[in-house]
Amino acid sequence: MTTRGAAVVIVGGGVTGLSAGWWLARAGVDVLVLEKGIVGWEASGRNGGGATHVYSPFGLEEQRLWPQMDGLLGYPTEHQSFRIGVALSEAQLALARRWAEIGEARGFRWELLDRRQVKELVPIVGDNAIGGTYLHFGGHANPQRTVQAYAWALQDCGGRILQHTTVTGLVQRGGRVSAVETTRGTFGADALVVAAGPQTGLFADMLGVALPLAPARVEMIATEPIPLMGVGGVAGNGLYGRQTLRGNLVYGGGPHEWINVPDMVTPEHRNTPLVRNLARRLAELFPGAAHVRMIRAWSGLVENTPDGLPVVDRLASPDNVVIATMSSVGFGLSPASGRAISELVQHGHCSFADLRALALSRFADTPADWRERAGWVATRAEVALAAGGDS
Amino acid sequence: MAAVDRRSVAGKGPRPERHVPLIVVGAGAAGVAAAIEAARCGVDTMLIDEHPVDNDMMAMDVPLCFGQRMQPAVRNRALMLERIVESNPALASAHEAGVDVQLGTYVWAAFVAGPTVQELPSPMLGLADERRSWLVSYERLIVAAGARDVLLGFAGWERAGTLGASGAAALLTRYRALSARRLVVVGSGALGLHTAALALEHGIEVAAVVELDDRVRGDHAAAKALAERGVPFVTGHTIRAALGRVGEVESVVLAPVDGEGRPTTGHDREIACDAVCLALGLVPSVELLHLVGARLRFEGARGGWVPEVDTWMRTSVPTVFAAGDCAGFHEGMLGAPEIAREQGRLAGLGAAESLGALGRGEAEQRRGVPSPAPPPSANLFGYWQAWLASLIETGGWSVNVCQCEEVTRRELVETRPPRYLKWDSPQMDARSLATLLRDGPVNQDQIKRLTRAGMGPCQSRRCREQVGLLLAQAAGTSIEQIPLPTFRPPVRPLPLNVLWPADEPSAMRDDWVSWFGIPTQFSPHWEPGMVLDEPTAHARLIVSEE
Repeated sequence: MTTRGAAVVIVGGGVTGLSAGWWLARAGVDVLVLEKGIVGWEASGRNGGGATHVYSPFGLEEQRLWPQMDGLLGYPTEHQSFRIGVALSEAQLALARRWAEIGEARGFRWELLDRRQVKELVPIVGDNAIGGTYLHFGGHANPQRTVQAYAWALQDCGGRILQHTTVTGLVQRGGRVSAVETTRGTFGADALVVAAGPQTGLFADMLGVALPLAPARVEMIATEPIPLMGVGGVAGNGLYGRQTLRGNLVYGGGPHEWINVPDMVTPEHRNTPLVRNLARRLAELFPGAAHVRMIRAWSGLVENTPDGLPVVDRLASPDNVVIATMSSVGFGLSPASGRAISELVQHGHCSFADLRALALSRFADTPADWRERAGWVATRAEVALAAGGDS
Repeated sequence: MAAVDRRSVAGKGPRPERHVPLIVVGAGAAGVAAAIEAARCGVDTMLIDEHPVDNDMMAMDVPLCFGQRMQPAVRNRALMLERIVESNPALASAHEAGVDVQLGTYVWAAFVAGPTVQELPSPMLGLADERRSWLVSYERLIVAAGARDVLLGFAGWERAGTLGASGAAALLTRYRALSARRLVVVGSGALGLHTAALALEHGIEVAAVVELDDRVRGDHAAAKALAERGVPFVTGHTIRAALGRVGEVESVVLAPVDGEGRPTTGHDREIACDAVCLALGLVPSVELLHLVGARLRFEGARGGWVPEVDTWMRTSVPTVFAAGDCAGFHEGMLGAPEIAREQGRLAGLGAAESLGALGRGEAEQRRGVPSPAPPPSANLFGYWQAWLASLIETGGWSVNVCQCEEVTRRELVETRPPRYLKWDSPQMDARSLATLLRDGPVNQDQIKRLTRAGMGPCQSRRCREQVGLLLAQAAGTSIEQIPLPTFRPPVRPLPLNVLWPADEPSAMRDDWVSWFGIPTQFSPHWEPGMVLDEPTAHARLIVSEE
């Protein structure tokens, strides 16, 4: 057995693990990130890029940190401030207002927009819009660029990343995790962070801890670039997404597909004809861009806890382990979640957020068949065929 | 009784407009032969081809590099359709054999079930024309999608008039709408000679055939025939630049190279022309094969990434066959359509047999003894690498490798963020391909995300190979060591209002949410009931679902 290792070993080079690793490395901690593929390759690098989650215990820290991230990391994240919500119906307007009012409760400013104002700000919006919201908070960033920025900044602070390294086992000794076994040998660890996305539950199993997680597949589409709008963070009509600084419209939304991830191999994930429904939603949201060409689509795997809220918790036993899943909403919150994890590892508590709502103990009574009860299960094609579903 | 998550895809599986036992994609020699063979075995067969492609698509160099040298007549769809049919007499035979022939129809996606896609009743293709898109499901698919040009950039290659050999051939033969009078052909292998002959045949002057090597690479007799018709061969030369008024090719400057293929100065020659045709080689069009999950492997002598097929041209996906250039292309197949035809026939028979239209014995009998196919000619990747090296010497590192996103060679190999970010930091300056390689092997998709090379509307058709070659060269590795960059739907860039479905199941519309629809997911953490141990989250979930 080799004696390689680090003070803190992080399983998973997604956005949460990378941010945690960066914060730790900044604090001078010897950190090693183990990633089975390439950093930020899965959902961390392919998502809506939204950074507007003020409802979360991490929300205020998210808002405080994002405008500083380019400078802190030393690499571009393409972070842009503010959001516009476009509503095509009263129900959508109520949703947009609710989002804005949650911000207001946290001390942020917003404005209600009428159709004319929305069209002035977002020229590709059509007459089907009834109004919208302008949030003087929140924003968005480029996920692909940001995950790489975390990885590079982590290295710049002396941290290490091993890609193409799959963790296959955890070695426990004296009530603590002492090492991780991987496809590239064993690495000693004084502390462990598990931030392994859909596979996080498998590691919880290894630790004898029940973490209810349901993986799912989601899809997004991207168009060719169009002229830049003043605020690129425009969403509505059941879509999340943004206009990139290049000008592409990148949007997702709609039905997800519950799946199973039985082992450390990330299952192949593909797109489905849902990309057509996404195209329709996007063209409805932006009639002025209905003629724009879709040039890409992709799918990603995310995981959800039963209440859709993160688990960011330091275990009671083994007591040198932090488990982190952001329950499918990880990118925008990553500056704050990573900082919280680094504090949990170093000090056992988080100085800036109340993490009680994110504790694993809330699932103590969750029955083993919770996925079936909620209908969060992988379906089978023959079931779909039988269901038919007329239009 | 398990509950159903109405926000999920459950019960919303896409419904294809039609079901066809066999779809053949591509009406070239292989595709038509496959369709006819299968139809003769009694299989209901649909044969799809995207030509005539509409003018806007052509202007983006999709699916082939047309280099903006289309005559305005390509806007006349009816006329183009007529010409396409005229130029391919086998289409009439297919029609007579009972094949449902669909021209002017894009295949923009192949959707198949898998571990994460279960709500798909059967494999299906996404099809489209200029007005709408639709889905057609199949039991067997034969991909005969052809091949596409390898393009290598040089100073001025963005100008209208830089086109690929197969783009030129399509405009010459199928559309009869090439807008060029004086052509310079780059490359003297079989493809270059074939292209020059084709141009002459259609009354276009060939101003030169340019070759980096010190000799003509292709068949001697064919070269001699061209020379006798007045075609000048300029061997031992590379391209320094294409020049002309804003945006147009009006001449090309050639630079002699020394024994090592390095350009020398002082003896440039400028040749007037209105089109430069890159005839350096072709790579198989494997995007649909990739989308269905067929196993691809790198075979340098057959154009790079090719599907693994058995003796019936069946891929690793039992329902999918591949035939013709997309199953592996080499120069020996040029001017020998019987090779593609034979592959198509085999695929047609194989598909028919696997559908139970005829027994294995009968299929074997019909198949006969296949004539031995000529062995693949040389691996051209070294040749392309040599051309690229010479073009870097002449054009320098500021030539765009990716035209859509305007990424230069330097920006690619230094993995620079795009210029429009106007980013500057010492940390970024310290990063390069070399530092990236310390963390893992070259991955074209990763570098694409960082530099944006290959992320534009042409869907990397113009730069995919040269990005790979440049990265291989810069990383000191060989191109086969670089994983295949992925293809994603839509594999044709189509407008949102073409791709969208005209009607959606009501469940799709009524139950649509932007993200999962978990009631507590976005609730303010300070509201009553959020910071708590009781009731448990599970209880909250079940309560809110009811």
